[in-house]
Amino acid sequence: MSIIKKLALVAGIGALMSSTAYAEGLAGKVIGFSQIGSESGWRAAETSVTKAEAERLGVDLKFADAQQKQENQIKALRGFIAQGVDAILIAPVVSTGWEEVLTEAKDAEIPVVLLDRGIDAPEDLYLTSVASDQVKEGRVAGEWLVSTVGDRECKVVELQGTVGSSPAINRKQGFEEGIASASNISIIRSQTGDFTRSKGKEVMEGFLKAEGGGAGICAVYAHNDDMAVGAIQAIKDAGLKPGSDILVVSIDAVPDIFAAMVSGEANATVELTPNMAGPAFAALDAYLNAGTVPEKFIITESKLYTPADDPQGEYDRRKGLGY
Amino acid sequence: MNRALRPLLATTAIFLLAYIAAVLQYPSMLSTRVLGNFLTDNAFLGIAAVGMTFVILSGGIDLSVGAVIGFSTVLIATLIMWAGLHPLLAFAITLVISAAFGAVMGAAIHYLKVPSFIVTLAGMFLARGGASVLSPDSIGIKHDLYTNISRSYILLPGGGRLTVIAMIMLAVFVLGIILAHRTRFGSYVYALGGNETSAALMGVPVARTTILVYTLSSTLAGIAGIVFSLYTSAGYSLSALGVELDAIAAVVIGGTLLTGGYGFVAGTFIGVMLQGLVQTYIVFDGTLSSWWTKIVIGGLLFLFILLQRLVFSASSPRKKAFRKS
Repeated sequence: MSIIKKLALVAGIGALMSSTAYAEGLAGKVIGFSQIGSESGWRAAETSVTKAEAERLGVDLKFADAQQKQENQIKALRGFIAQGVDAILIAPVVSTGWEEVLTEAKDAEIPVVLLDRGIDAPEDLYLTSVASDQVKEGRVAGEWLVSTVGDRECKVVELQGTVGSSPAINRKQGFEEGIASASNISIIRSQTGDFTRSKGKEVMEGFLKAEGGGAGICAVYAHNDDMAVGAIQAIKDAGLKPGSDILVVSIDAVPDIFAAMVSGEANATVELTPNMAGPAFAALDAYLNAGTVPEKFIITESKLYTPADDPQGEYDRRKGLGY
Repeated sequence: MNRALRPLLATTAIFLLAYIAAVLQYPSMLSTRVLGNFLTDNAFLGIAAVGMTFVILSGGIDLSVGAVIGFSTVLIATLIMWAGLHPLLAFAITLVISAAFGAVMGAAIHYLKVPSFIVTLAGMFLARGGASVLSPDSIGIKHDLYTNISRSYILLPGGGRLTVIAMIMLAVFVLGIILAHRTRFGSYVYALGGNETSAALMGVPVARTTILVYTLSSTLAGIAGIVFSLYTSAGYSLSALGVELDAIAAVVIGGTLLTGGYGFVAGTFIGVMLQGLVQTYIVFDGTLSSWWTKIVIGGLLFLFILLQRLVFSASSPRKKAFRKS
């Protein structure tokens, strides 16, 4: 845990330093970005944020959408290498099969930064990887609940993500760690809502029926905002007030959860930032201009948003990103 | 024959013009590195497209090749990583299974008189489903042979790499050209695609030729699967999705008539390279949506179908009526 914190700190300092010391360091650099595709709203937001960041820094971004196919990503990477780009960003679609093309990039002395997902390849084949810490996301949500309910007895129902998926496993584990210190908080029911709005609503309806109409439930923790939005609907249908009768905490920070916060129906969300490119550009800036080798794993910030953080403004900022 | 050559010449001309135009805009596209990438990145597609050329020449279609590639990669990965077999043995098993798969499809097409479209569609579902049952996750292959093959290449002047899989593809094309134009089997395939009834009357062994054509296509898909597993050092049930359609596009753009009987294996090579060129151009540009690849290929396909109509109906009586109107 402390290692992760240290890494985050180092990354934060690194980002801070590079943004001051080499403000225009990447202007005119050609950087290739191989994106998986646009399968989810978050992915589309990541693409638009990356393009916006590149434009802000004056980077000539070469964007290639792989349409979910690894062969297209490998082709794009080879194309970038042949073109002699200054650096490559890649969000890998699968974890295997990258050694050959990354070796080629290494031979051509082009630094590669992995975004959002890791790969099974020797660490010397890429400069660094930028990703979120899913366990930490769950922990931040748990800690928020602990500080919000105080000494009050609190029974929590949990809406899990897709069974066996790594965000579901890690966000569950993190939340449990977050509430471990508080003996007054307990998870009484936990089921999968498959990360979808409709399943979230359905499972929440089941929870409410099983708990005497929801009287005994103090809070709902959803592994993503979509399920939380579904749960909010179910709570309203049961005649209760989401946000006050039952607290709602979730992860991702998509626009719809901010809309729910504006109307007082959601209490907290932990951001999975679509801005993986920001820290990546900062690391590349420091590396290309000053030769600073960054940490191997840069962890993005898991920021907590509550209704005190201008939800209307956050909603407006995000709605155009493609979520 | 001269007339039949026109689509091939047209493809070659379009490829050269497109390449020159791309080079004028991005001079670094004229490098051995890019040419090497054309071969390496499209090796699996090229190999599958050779098989597809024979199938289409014979008047059929094979929708199963992408799925057979995917199945082969997973089978190879499971045999090497889970069963502990040597890769060469795994390759042999894969080729035998894929050849048998094609033979069964060919037999079903001939003896049951079912359109090849339907039979190979069933084959596609079977192979893709089978791959997912073997393993839904991507399996990384770690073996010395794989490491050695991915590390061995001929360094071309200018930094380009002629990789092993690129050389396999080139060899398959050379053998395909010989098979199509210099062997009895090749002339049977052309005869079958021209007119099945008259081919049978002329003494072409229709049953054997049909079965062999699909066996060849599936075997080449198996080789493409081996190449794909070398390309990514992994087996994945969802790999090579839709490659059959890219292969069909390459064959048609390469000047082979979709109804069979006319065409060249060499044309298919140009068709494959043309697709690689479009993709590379889009990567070099970096602002176009990658879906433009599909739009350009779609446009080219349409153009070539039109071209074939004009060229091949020139000799038929219908052409005169067409001209008058």
